[in-house]
Amino acid sequence: MTTTESTETTPSTTAPDETGTKRVTSLPESTWNHHHLLDLDDCSRTEIETVLTLADRMREILDRRIPRVPALRGFTVVNLFYEPSTRTRASFELAGKVLGADVISVNSSTSSIQKGESLIDTVRTMRAMRTDAIVIRHSMAGAPYLAAEHTDASIINAGDGAHAHPTQALLDLYTMRRHVGDLTGKKVVMVGDIAHSRVARSDLWGLAAMGAKVVVCGPPTLLPLGLKAGDRPSHAESALPPVSIETNIDVALEGADVVIALRLQSERQEAGLLPSLHEYAANYQVTSERLVRANPNHLLMHPGPKNEGIEIAGDVARGDRSIIEEQVTNGVAVRMALLYLLSGRVDPSEVVSEARA
Amino acid sequence: MSTLAIHNGRVIDPALGWDGIADIVIVDGRITRVGPNEGDMVVEADRIDATGLVVAPGFVDLQTHLREPGFEHEETIATGTRAAAQGGFTTVCAMPGTVPPLDSRAAVESVLREAEASALVRVLPIGCITAGRKGELLAPAGELAGAGVVALTDDGHAVADPNLMRHALQYSTQFNLPVAQHPEDPALVRGGQMHEGWVATRLGLRGRPASGEATMVARDIALAELTGAHLHVCNVSTAASVALIRGARERAVHITASVTPHHLTLTHERVAFRESYTQIRYDTSAKVEPPLREEGDLIALAEALRDGVIDAITTNHSPVSAMEKGIEFDLAAPGISGLETAFGLSMRLVESGTLTLPMLIERMTIGPVRAWSLDRHPGCEGLGTLAPGAVGDVTVLDPTSEWTIEPEHFASLGKNTPLAGELLRGRVVTTVFGGRVVHETAGVAAL
Repeated sequence: MTTTESTETTPSTTAPDETGTKRVTSLPESTWNHHHLLDLDDCSRTEIETVLTLADRMREILDRRIPRVPALRGFTVVNLFYEPSTRTRASFELAGKVLGADVISVNSSTSSIQKGESLIDTVRTMRAMRTDAIVIRHSMAGAPYLAAEHTDASIINAGDGAHAHPTQALLDLYTMRRHVGDLTGKKVVMVGDIAHSRVARSDLWGLAAMGAKVVVCGPPTLLPLGLKAGDRPSHAESALPPVSIETNIDVALEGADVVIALRLQSERQEAGLLPSLHEYAANYQVTSERLVRANPNHLLMHPGPKNEGIEIAGDVARGDRSIIEEQVTNGVAVRMALLYLLSGRVDPSEVVSEARA
Repeated sequence: MSTLAIHNGRVIDPALGWDGIADIVIVDGRITRVGPNEGDMVVEADRIDATGLVVAPGFVDLQTHLREPGFEHEETIATGTRAAAQGGFTTVCAMPGTVPPLDSRAAVESVLREAEASALVRVLPIGCITAGRKGELLAPAGELAGAGVVALTDDGHAVADPNLMRHALQYSTQFNLPVAQHPEDPALVRGGQMHEGWVATRLGLRGRPASGEATMVARDIALAELTGAHLHVCNVSTAASVALIRGARERAVHITASVTPHHLTLTHERVAFRESYTQIRYDTSAKVEPPLREEGDLIALAEALRDGVIDAITTNHSPVSAMEKGIEFDLAAPGISGLETAFGLSMRLVESGTLTLPMLIERMTIGPVRAWSLDRHPGCEGLGTLAPGAVGDVTVLDPTSEWTIEPEHFASLGKNTPLAGELLRGRVVTTVFGGRVVHETAGVAAL
């Protein structure tokens, strides 16, 4: 087991959870204070900046002729994927391998869960095999939280149902930051199926922490309830990130610095949430004509995989404002940074002070 | 001849309008005397000193999942009725969602036989509305009535087909059986894991909209109006349903309704949050159907209970094994084990000033009895009251005693409660069923 070399100068601010997680990293809250990464809702701006700063160093390693360093030698990562995924799984595998970690991927279908193979049991088994970090992709919201209650391995949420996808959000933030620098006051517009999007939920937390102004845009049937601050009691105002809601895409795109088009699943039409994909495209596709209203230097992003001609026009997806492919590269760098931070082999406060120096 | 005398308690019998210090004497399972110092008139008796305590009729629960037969790992008639006794209940109506379901004379009789052998309190079975609770064909209501069921319900399954529900209501009228519906429209709530709203949005869980309940309550009221049948709305959870029921009662539709202590006191926030909005949790112990709702619903429910628009507090006691709760939220079984916390939790409405203590006792005793006319059944004479001649079911309460909920000490096999570790004010001290003490809280009872 990897032990955390913490300086113990500042007391831990993380309350031990009910199962008494043994390896709570004692670190100043300001730089990085997580043993698991379940979502960005409990990450401060400074913590996110620590990841992004470290990701810069990782990106430099990734761009070398031979991108290999031994930083995580002897560190074991298991990708536990209960839902099919190509890109996220490959990204985690590569991130671990670049840093010299041992990475294996276990694919298990959701049907096997329903047959009674317990997630808790699998996670415990992986830990018994001396796994240090477990990356979980699951079709059910909250599954990584359940796993985290039952192991002292680091749990990384690689997407849980319609809930969260924090590493996607981190890579989105990192990619934006590389192009526009400080995100404070920047207008970020997310278009599409907000209600069912785990990417949108995590992006909202991350963007709120970084001080961006966020607008979500989609047809009313694809907008989640209670997102508007007035739709929840005043005491719960902070329970969801601040966001503006707009159903008219042309209004939403006005002056946008960043535009994120979200994938539209064809099931939404089958479920009766949309009359047709054609009508969706007619009203919500991100096209060059519509982007005229955005800031001329806007960035165009998409978490992938894209449906060109549905939520995004092909020429726009491959146009000069698109940084969609760079998102993929940055995804590896961000996941490297995250694994390194969670391994406890790097002092987060050093990451920040070195970057300042 | 066995005699029990309960001395010097504050006797509250809402049915008779009594509220004062008195003794109660129970001889051979029947109440014989009630009044100041009446206990001193009997020479030989077992005695309970209720000085400083409240003496009420035994509580009556219209909705208890005893799980037997079929789910004995979750509850049995023995453990479920022991839990009832702990909670002050002397009568429980057993829900028919067993395996086999209570849709035949044989199934009902087997429950009654088992209750005869192992139950600590009175068990009144409820029959199914449709065969196998499948919502396709009517269950034999006449046969079930003959076997002794006190109502009909398809338990957690609402009868989705409006035509079938119409016929069920119409058919029930010849037996004077209430038809009790858990009103959530399956098409509107399918796949839903919790109340639809901002908490579900935060957690990324699919919601069960409040309107999923209101639409079915509205439909059922229209059908009750059409047929003149007795409709009982179980587990009312939304302000919209309350408004519909209130309107129907004003039009003298034969409708009664019940609400659980958890729907009266807990909101959907319980699923996700404890102390702050920063950390979330997926607390399956708060997963229940219908789901925990919002503040505004709680207020409407409490007002309806106070005004008598809702007749009864029912526990909808739903014991679930730890194995079926300690898993992914989407897979976890819904339900709250409620018998043992019902009084203490409901006392929060008295503490907040919404209800008086006699009113609360009314909604847990004569309220449910009248709602379903339970006192017309054999062995239920005077049920819900302390009048001489009534069955000797008494609950002794300490409304000010504070205690902490420790599910591991529940008599119920179902330790599933979102209230573990929570402090309640108001406790059942002694439960008497048919003149026999079936529960005593150690360390609280006087004498």
